[in-house]
Amino acid sequence: MYGRGILKGLGVTIKHFIDTYIDDLRYGLNKYSKFEDNFTQRQSHEARGAFTIQYPDEKMAMPERFRFTPFLVVNDDDHPDAPGQDWCTSCGICAKVCPPQCIWIVRGQDPVTKRPIPEPEAFYIDIDICMNCGFCAEFCPFDAIKMDHDYEMASYDRTTTHIHDKNRLQKPFTYWRSIAPQITVEEAEARGGWEHVDVIKAKEKAAKEAAKKAAAAEPAKPATADVIPTGEQAAQGESLKTDTVDSAANVAALNRAEASTPDTPASDPDAEKAARLAKREAALARKHAKKEGGES
Amino acid sequence: MVDQIAPEQTHTIDEAIAVLKQRFPNVVSDDSRPGYQGVVIEKNRLVEVATYIRDQLGFDYLSSATAVDYHGLEGSTDHLEMVYHSYRISGGSALVFKAQTEREQAEIPSLIDVWPGADFQEREAWDLYGIRFPGHPNLRRILLWEGFGGHPMRKDWKEPYYEQEHKPFESRWPAGYVFRAEEKNAYGHNVQYPADFDLSRLKDTSDEDVYNSMGLGVDVQSLGGDDISTDRLVVNMGPHHPSTHGVFRMVMTLNGETIDQLEPVMGYLHRNHEQIGERNTYIQNIPFTDRLDYLSSMGNNHGYVLTIEQLLAKGARYQPPTYRAEVIRVLMVELQRIVSHLWSVGFLLNDLGAFFTPMLYANNEREKILDFFEATAGSRLMCNYMRFGGVFKDVPERIYGVANYVNDRVRDVDTMEFLTAMINERLPRFLDEYEHYLLDNEIIKTRCIGVGVIPADMAIAYSCAGPLLRASGVPYDVRRAEPYSIYPELDFDIPTGENGDIYDRMVVRLKEMRESLRILRQILPRLESTKGESIYAGRRDYNVRAPLGESYARVENSKGELGFYVVSAGDPKGTQNPWRYHIRAPSFINLTALGPMSKGHKVADVVTILGSIDIVLGETDR
Amino acid sequence: MALTTQKELDLRQIHDTEFPLPDEIQGTLAVTSLSRIYNWSRRSSMWPLLFGLACCAIEMIGMASSRFDFSRFGMEVMRASPRQSDLIIVSGTVTKKMVVPIVRIYNQMPEPKYILAMGACASGGGPFKEGYNVVSGIDKYLPVDVYVPGCPPTPQSLLYGLIALQKKIDGQSIANADDVPWYGAGPSEPTPIPILGPDIIDPRQMDIIRRQAEYAAQGKPYGVRELPPPMEIKKKVSAKAAALAAATVAAAPEPLDENRLKRRMEALERRRAFATKNPEV
Ligand code: SF4
Ligand code: SF4
Ligand code: SF4
Repeated sequence: MYGRGILKGLGVTIKHFIDTYIDDLRYGLNKYSKFEDNFTQRQSHEARGAFTIQYPDEKMAMPERFRFTPFLVVNDDDHPDAPGQDWCTSCGICAKVCPPQCIWIVRGQDPVTKRPIPEPEAFYIDIDICMNCGFCAEFCPFDAIKMDHDYEMASYDRTTTHIHDKNRLQKPFTYWRSIAPQITVEEAEARGGWEHVDVIKAKEKAAKEAAKKAAAAEPAKPATADVIPTGEQAAQGESLKTDTVDSAANVAALNRAEASTPDTPASDPDAEKAARLAKREAALARKHAKKEGGES
Repeated sequence: MVDQIAPEQTHTIDEAIAVLKQRFPNVVSDDSRPGYQGVVIEKNRLVEVATYIRDQLGFDYLSSATAVDYHGLEGSTDHLEMVYHSYRISGGSALVFKAQTEREQAEIPSLIDVWPGADFQEREAWDLYGIRFPGHPNLRRILLWEGFGGHPMRKDWKEPYYEQEHKPFESRWPAGYVFRAEEKNAYGHNVQYPADFDLSRLKDTSDEDVYNSMGLGVDVQSLGGDDISTDRLVVNMGPHHPSTHGVFRMVMTLNGETIDQLEPVMGYLHRNHEQIGERNTYIQNIPFTDRLDYLSSMGNNHGYVLTIEQLLAKGARYQPPTYRAEVIRVLMVELQRIVSHLWSVGFLLNDLGAFFTPMLYANNEREKILDFFEATAGSRLMCNYMRFGGVFKDVPERIYGVANYVNDRVRDVDTMEFLTAMINERLPRFLDEYEHYLLDNEIIKTRCIGVGVIPADMAIAYSCAGPLLRASGVPYDVRRAEPYSIYPELDFDIPTGENGDIYDRMVVRLKEMRESLRILRQILPRLESTKGESIYAGRRDYNVRAPLGESYARVENSKGELGFYVVSAGDPKGTQNPWRYHIRAPSFINLTALGPMSKGHKVADVVTILGSIDIVLGETDR
Repeated sequence: MALTTQKELDLRQIHDTEFPLPDEIQGTLAVTSLSRIYNWSRRSSMWPLLFGLACCAIEMIGMASSRFDFSRFGMEVMRASPRQSDLIIVSGTVTKKMVVPIVRIYNQMPEPKYILAMGACASGGGPFKEGYNVVSGIDKYLPVDVYVPGCPPTPQSLLYGLIALQKKIDGQSIANADDVPWYGAGPSEPTPIPILGPDIIDPRQMDIIRRQAEYAAQGKPYGVRELPPPMEIKKKVSAKAAALAAATVAAAPEPLDENRLKRRMEALERRRAFATKNPEV
């Protein structure tokens, strides 16, 4: 019969139409209520019928790896040592790798000695050129530039607002942690602490030297704090900022322990030490696995 | 359906080259530059040799023809070169042949009589490199406009915002005082206008040329009775037209409502991809390839990284990608094929007049897959996911959002659960429904069956690729013809059509989605079993150095055969930037057949024919 | 805010807060100015032009289809003809070859008309800016109302841009010809159409080009850096609209404090010095 195919097609359209109402009923007419936790259901593979996101009354949260424009990570304002300190060391790698060359960095200079200093004097990103590729974030060796999730950036004038300068780009580390809880933990594990990698290294070095001196003077004291912050701790939202000081000392202490007592007898503090050693080795192994897996 | 094509047992490439050299002594010689392959043919006898290659050696499919400028390269003569890659339609690797010409008065005989598919590619070489092709009937600029000053891809031509030959630019660091390029050069540094420059004397002749070449209003014919006569009418469609899939333009001569002649006009999205690519470092090109065929960025990434990996493999320290990386690549590419075909079928229906509803249904499924891309690669469209030696990051455990802003709502699904449900249930169910919805529809049948037919031999001659070629009954798929990645160990068929009309192309696309699902079903267990393995071989490096030589790799992208031709030349220690970076864009070359396909059909059909080719302008114009 | 989840018209949307109402009749009665109700109806029934340029157009279609569905803002009718549309979403890279048709299309649109530049390309050239065939932003030729950065902007950020545009319209006043020039006297001038010569030529820049050519003929260095005069933009924004804009769009720059101003001036100095030293960079 001519027209059967068309009717079949119309049947499908009607089915879709009805599906939407059935779907509404499924959520008991509370489909868009802010208090219903049905967003996953509505937006995943289980969705039936219309699955419109009612922007701006409800917005789809972005996944951690989402990339929009880049921003610079700085220390939090309540950081004990260096509040608001840039993580960027103006090494220039991001500017070199940026495909459309939209990053501009003025390397910092000591006003007196005229020698380069880590902190960049100026940092610009022209977001009218940026292609949101994420290379800058991927290749920055200091985890200092990251991709933002703030996509609501419409403006009425581009001349004044679309070249982001350092002031506009800087966002505190807690912000980065809040938009990417898991990635930050992975990165912190790779670095060995929540601090900037240079700070960690410097502290490790200082602790090592101090420990060396101490070792020359008297035998080692057992350390107390955990070595490397784990994901669970971060998930609990614990502040790990102060941990690193202790942990750096621990690393040194443990290193020494490792070197001096390879086979530990079964005395109490030594057992503790051995346990900690095992823990540390596990963390290191995890770190290596991650490295191999390509998580820089 | 053909399960697998066995390469014809005729000559291997080396044998073919030996035969060729024996047959044409002094005309054909080996390309002896380090890292290069194929033969160089004396240009005056190019047509003769090419005919022999096609007829006697059986390389009947011209994949790519492109120009390279060797100006200013140390240790090389100053010349232009045309590079041709020809294949056997039955499979196997390429016979590469080249013809060289001096830069002044550059001329190379046209191969359009041997392979009509060389048409647009030669026009492109004329436009961008200024090589003339005697014998080409219609050698006009194709991407730029008539009257454009110079041939921009030549190495001595500088663009207005020229800063430096290669990236990274020195002005960015350490003294990166920001400026906008237009502040420095507001109106084209590279153009010097004469002192008595006057706008009124300036004439853009592009349109006129097109119209004149189509015989504007000269041919008066009588239709049937003596008293009814009709002019040939030239109708222009585009570049702003809802059915041209972007900024594409067609000029048609009509006889009544029947198309006499059709001329595609393009270049409205010519973004100088290749030139920018030659300034970029190797890794910087990856995000740019996203923007070629922006509906299948994963496929583009794949083609490009394969090409560079092929180039890197000539060096000593090369490590091939890990198995898990290959698995993830195939997962992504096949999902992307589904995304692209969904879009293409949906839009074909749009062109047929079923405004938006089929498109919306297709787009619903597409959005789901894009969610997965967004969670894995970071962006819905521009995935920038593959790297030389692996992929960007492993597939995440969960697809979830992080609520940060007001009104943010969070979704959270397990990735494997999501993929399994999509691949095993949702997408097959959707395809069933979609076929039920469309394939029996009488209107679709009437408008599609027998329209825009292209027979198999013509499709091959015109270098068509992808679903367009397969709908004509040629089981040619790069995944089988010259397998790459882990495709040899996967089980899938190559769907083909019979008549080569619009309907067949639609059906082939629908069937291909099913085949992709079949591949994905084999990928899922591999994804599970390789969990936790490394996704990246070697050290991650932003500063990739490639050994000297040339490399051409192709993948079966959703639109057809996507090839990248990359030449690394210059520094013997290895180069950071490609000397030549060319894209064999399936959308561009498939369009060569649009004119012949549309001839004799009604003007209303041309929109559907174009829709059935499935072009993406980012790739057509580059 | 648009009518999204509510079932019926909320009169508070069109009520003008200048006229206070007792609490009990709020929502049932609206006292408003003609301008306000006019703008409200105008911004709630924008018809965009069905016009896609490049990759961004895909996201625009994504926004138009069911998941993000911009018909919730009264924009569902995408018109293929410029004669029937109020808004042109420039979604993608503007090439020199394409800008000619775009200006023509814009001239064909009836007033009031708005332009939204979607994506990095349309706003300022985007990743392909350095290319020889790419225009660094559509605002070199046409007055843009809202810029949406991103490459590509996600459908949600484009929706945010559209809401920003609605707010802009809300801030206009039909009594003020500066605000909405199209209600002033007489038809407005069409934008001159660029010409494809050896490179693209904006007829508004002819004077400079001629001057440059004369310099060159006298043997002076060609291409002396000289910025084009600031483009004349007919659509001025009233103080009220500007205030509203500043209040509504988050991307407004923070006011310069003294220290930063000083640093910026210093940076500028350095930059000048740098530029005079290395003119070629
Ligand atoms: S790569 Fe990182 S540390 Fe180096 S300049 Fe860029 S942001 Fe700063
Ligand atoms: S995201 Fe890409 S384009 Fe943007 S600043 Fe970073 S590297 Fe450059
Ligand atoms: S802004 Fe990015 S996504 Fe949009 S058109 Fe330009 S390149 Fe494409």
